[in-house]
Amino acid sequence: MSLHEHHTEHAVASPEITFAHEPAPNTKRIWRTFWILLCLTIAELALGLSHYAFHMEGFLLLFVKGAMIILSLCKAIYIVSIFMHLGDEIRNMRLTVLVPLLLFIWFILAFLWDGVAWRNLRNRYDKPATGQQVVPHDQHTPKAD
Amino acid sequence: MSTHVPAGYKWWTGGKSPYNVSYGKLMMWIFLLSDTFTFGALLISYGTIRVSQNYWPDPNHVFNAFPLMGHTNLPLAFVSLMTFILIMSSVTMVLAVHEGHKRNRAGVEKWLLWTILGGSLFLSCQAWEWTHMITGSHAVLIDGQIKEIGATITQNPYGAAVPGLMHDGHQVTTPGPVGFGGFFFGITGFHGFHVFSGVCLLVLALVWTRIGKFDNLGHYEMIEKIGLYWHFVDLVWVFVFLCFYLI
Repeated sequence: MSLHEHHTEHAVASPEITFAHEPAPNTKRIWRTFWILLCLTIAELALGLSHYAFHMEGFLLLFVKGAMIILSLCKAIYIVSIFMHLGDEIRNMRLTVLVPLLLFIWFILAFLWDGVAWRNLRNRYDKPATGQQVVPHDQHTPKAD
Repeated sequence: MSTHVPAGYKWWTGGKSPYNVSYGKLMMWIFLLSDTFTFGALLISYGTIRVSQNYWPDPNHVFNAFPLMGHTNLPLAFVSLMTFILIMSSVTMVLAVHEGHKRNRAGVEKWLLWTILGGSLFLSCQAWEWTHMITGSHAVLIDGQIKEIGATITQNPYGAAVPGLMHDGHQVTTPGPVGFGGFFFGITGFHGFHVFSGVCLLVLALVWTRIGKFDNLGHYEMIEKIGLYWHFVDLVWVFVFLCFYLI
């Protein structure tokens, strides 16, 4: 099978490219993506301001923060897929870029877990600075040796 | 726009790149992947320190100023403007890439100029925000004395309020966790450095376009590669915005 069997009508930037992208006929997709990104950002802002306007705690606050994280991930997907054209690349290319990102799952879980453990240890064994810190509800009294 | 590859096409039989992109573009992607881990490490270390503290400043109280508006309380307004500017510059960048595909030199020049303008505006906004935070004066109770301090990498005025203690009509606070300034200025500074490098690359691309370098080459792939970098800078801002200003 010859390399040049699949002839592409558009100028190819380099011999590594077997199939060139077809140039988009217009900018419709770009502007649609812009409006999506704008709407997602406004939704994020509304959520960010909501925990300023209303007092929230516990599960509700966690839910609002989780929603903002999901909206940000959606924005990231649109930017990478449409603006950076990764969605137009072939599967081999997409997986090469995306699969290493799975490391972040471990990275985030392990380090935040460590941070929480650190806080628990501090609250359990450090003397609270007088009048400066809010004592957590679940604080245990240090056991006398 | 998509790549039409016949079903069952064999990519790994040799004689061609199994990635179907040029060497330069592949290397740009690999660089961006490594940069993702650099920013990821910075943001995750910030998250680790933040969750290890009992108290962390509320971004709605920290980022509530707007140029020329004095002490008006406008939470997140200025950073929203900065975010909008950066998204807009990403749109003008992708439009420059689009014109590059069509080999329209005038179009590429026009949209590159708009992108340079957006990037410069963003940097100016960041300079104002930093100046405002560093030179700000907040009444803070330190060692039993009220001092007026701004936010730097060694001091954080955004601590918890001291009940019932006022100074010149403002609530007095305790010093906040000292890590706040280091992470904020470190990470937004590193991002700003990326924006600055991006603007330099865009100016270079504009000069190259103007002197006809890409017309002689027969393609505008350099605009695509610089575009990838520029969109990455926007992508990082999505997460900086999330971690510092929203959560």
